[in-house]
Amino acid sequence: MGEIAGTTIADNAEGVDLEGPHHEGDRVRYASGTARNLEAMVQAGMNGMTMPRRYNGLNFPITPYTMCAELVAASDAGFGNIWSLQDCIETLYEFGDEDQHSRFIPRICAGETMSMDLTEPDAGSDLQSVMLKATFDEKENCWRLNGVKRFITNGDADLHLVLARSEEGTTDGRGLSMFIYDKRDGGVNVRRIENKLGIHGSPTCELVYKNAKAELCGMRKMGLIKYVMALMNGARLGIAAQSVGISQAAYNEGLAYARDREQFGKKIITLPAVADMLSLMKAKLDAGRALLYQCARYVDVYKALDDIARERKLTPEERTEQKTYAKLADSLTPLAKGMNSEYCNQNTFDALQIHGGSGFMMDYPIQRYYRDARITNIYEGTTQLQVVAAIRYVTNGSYLAQMREFEQAEVSEAVKPLQAQAKALADLFEQAVEHVKEAQSQEMQDLCARHLVEMAADVIMLHLLCYNATQQPELFEKSARVYARFVTAEVQKHHTWVMDLTAEALADYRCE
Amino acid sequence: MTPEGTVNRAALPAIFNPEDLNALEQALRLKDQHPGSTVTILTMGPPRATDVIREGLYRGADGGVLLTDRAFAGADTLATSYALSQAIKKIGMPDLVIGGRQAIDGDTAQVGPQVAQKLDLNQVTYVTAIEQVKDGKVTALRTIDGGIERVEAPLPLLVTVNGNAAPCRPRNAKLVMKYKRASAPMERPADKPLPYAEEYEKKPYLTVTQWSVADVDGDLAQCGLAGSPTKVKAVQNIVFKAKESKRLTGSDADVEGLVKELLESHTIG
Repeated sequence: MGEIAGTTIADNAEGVDLEGPHHEGDRVRYASGTARNLEAMVQAGMNGMTMPRRYNGLNFPITPYTMCAELVAASDAGFGNIWSLQDCIETLYEFGDEDQHSRFIPRICAGETMSMDLTEPDAGSDLQSVMLKATFDEKENCWRLNGVKRFITNGDADLHLVLARSEEGTTDGRGLSMFIYDKRDGGVNVRRIENKLGIHGSPTCELVYKNAKAELCGMRKMGLIKYVMALMNGARLGIAAQSVGISQAAYNEGLAYARDREQFGKKIITLPAVADMLSLMKAKLDAGRALLYQCARYVDVYKALDDIARERKLTPEERTEQKTYAKLADSLTPLAKGMNSEYCNQNTFDALQIHGGSGFMMDYPIQRYYRDARITNIYEGTTQLQVVAAIRYVTNGSYLAQMREFEQAEVSEAVKPLQAQAKALADLFEQAVEHVKEAQSQEMQDLCARHLVEMAADVIMLHLLCYNATQQPELFEKSARVYARFVTAEVQKHHTWVMDLTAEALADYRCE
Repeated sequence: MTPEGTVNRAALPAIFNPEDLNALEQALRLKDQHPGSTVTILTMGPPRATDVIREGLYRGADGGVLLTDRAFAGADTLATSYALSQAIKKIGMPDLVIGGRQAIDGDTAQVGPQVAQKLDLNQVTYVTAIEQVKDGKVTALRTIDGGIERVEAPLPLLVTVNGNAAPCRPRNAKLVMKYKRASAPMERPADKPLPYAEEYEKKPYLTVTQWSVADVDGDLAQCGLAGSPTKVKAVQNIVFKAKESKRLTGSDADVEGLVKELLESHTIG
């Protein structure tokens, strides 16, 4: 994977960014570099990586798959989307029936692409208001889809998972079901391709469904409340990986430029103002990646148990384990997505800053990373929505319990002071949460949510870096120290902000 | 250099010659187009040259033969092509023998044509693409001075492929997993138990065919150093250095001066 990402995909990236996909008739034709990338991936057998061998997959766990997604995104984030949409197949595998598995999964393993058709012109963050209509065709014994979807990544894919309203007369999430649309059946046309700031390799489409034949995936009415949630969790991990990949690429560019560029008679990397940026970038990168992998490992544990459950009944202990790890994964996913996408933006911003005026020109790759980064904290749920997903784990004590457990971990002598620091920060977090809870005001909780969630993420990432620094001091000790200093200031800042907030102050944050 | 006046190959890593990778890609494309056909990799070298066979298996080749024997050592192109042609006879005459144009160490481009001579095969050299194989005939594009030539030749045929042909496909993940333990007998430890011995018993494809001089009915006089009239006088490490530069204008006098100078130094002409 590293070889393809480092050669084929990296070599094609600039051309893909300039060329972009083409809208021809009702279809999408990829940029020529994108097509070559896909071909290389298919030849290397890197599609359907996580699917079982019996469907021709590689049977990989999510963690190494996530690492691969990171490598691809570091070379071309836009192509990363097309390739990593293969993880939609996880949802079909989880909720589809045997017949659907055997018909569709081998096709994805052979290199066909996927899309998830959720967003509509009037249903973005608020997916409950999806209106695409699904009606059952008694004569043909199949479902028919009619309506419009917007902002669909890789919208001309071979296989689509579509969220549509199957229950006439309903208006909320309970009337939505998930459907599988096969491009071979026809009926969905691409009306336009969006012209975007970044990720040019990834075609973002407006789709028109005209009586498109489709089949139900799983049970009716469970589309949004169960399946899209699962789909989104996978996709969010994918975006977290993409963010880490872009972050790494930006850091590499910033570092290389700083080592090369001379001003005032010396390399600018020796200037404290530049070295400060680089050190912090590296610390955020290491911390974010640690969180991503921790989350992916939790996913792997419960998915392995899911797989065992397909073959035999789980023991009560196994069932408890499955639930525990599923919850841990669910709690870390919004943090991994939210924090990594924000760090990705910060790191590309700083890496461009290190380039000075040259960074503002279109001549260096950093401008592409900077543009590509901007979508990561928007799609698959904005950072603000990740906060909404995460706040329940703040209020129910799940994050605090995880921190308290990390505090018991054995760490090296050198790392002990950092672990103690993390404990002190956890105390501040606990205090801030209590303060908000005592106010018993939903408005106050909503306003403080971002601060509280970030505090939790900061402390958890510091613990993960402590672990990494214990295992491999030469790689992570410096980052752990830099990150500890950084998050101490961050957590204190959030703590001050939250503790100072009074009921009267809420009025200052009401806008009309 | 070795005391015998040959290149000390033991001091160099075994690599896949870049143009052999281009050749492999052409072979694999034909295999894709003609189901049922097989691609066998033949390489001559020390046991670690099996790396080259493994790399081929990872990309879709069906099998490989390692030609290895101390008696092959020190071979020039003549002895090499003799050994290879003996091995090809032993494999059984294929429809197509495809090789890279030349190795990046010797840069002679002689081995392919010599093998063709020894096997009495037609040959097409400097190929950039094998367009099709149909009704016993091969259509191929070959690079010539100032352009590209499309030629047709009957099977059986030997083809040498240029570096500007399509690059080789990447390793395939499943094939890497399948063949990662593939090895030639000589690579395996002689004095201690073989790890994963059971796997080798169950999966014969994990044992790469290995042939000696005797296995290919080789005449010792034509093999290795004995069969090599070429003597390497010296190997020089050339480092290109920028010499002092000369600034020319676009004037007729300057251009004419430059052309004369280049003609005299035999850079052009």
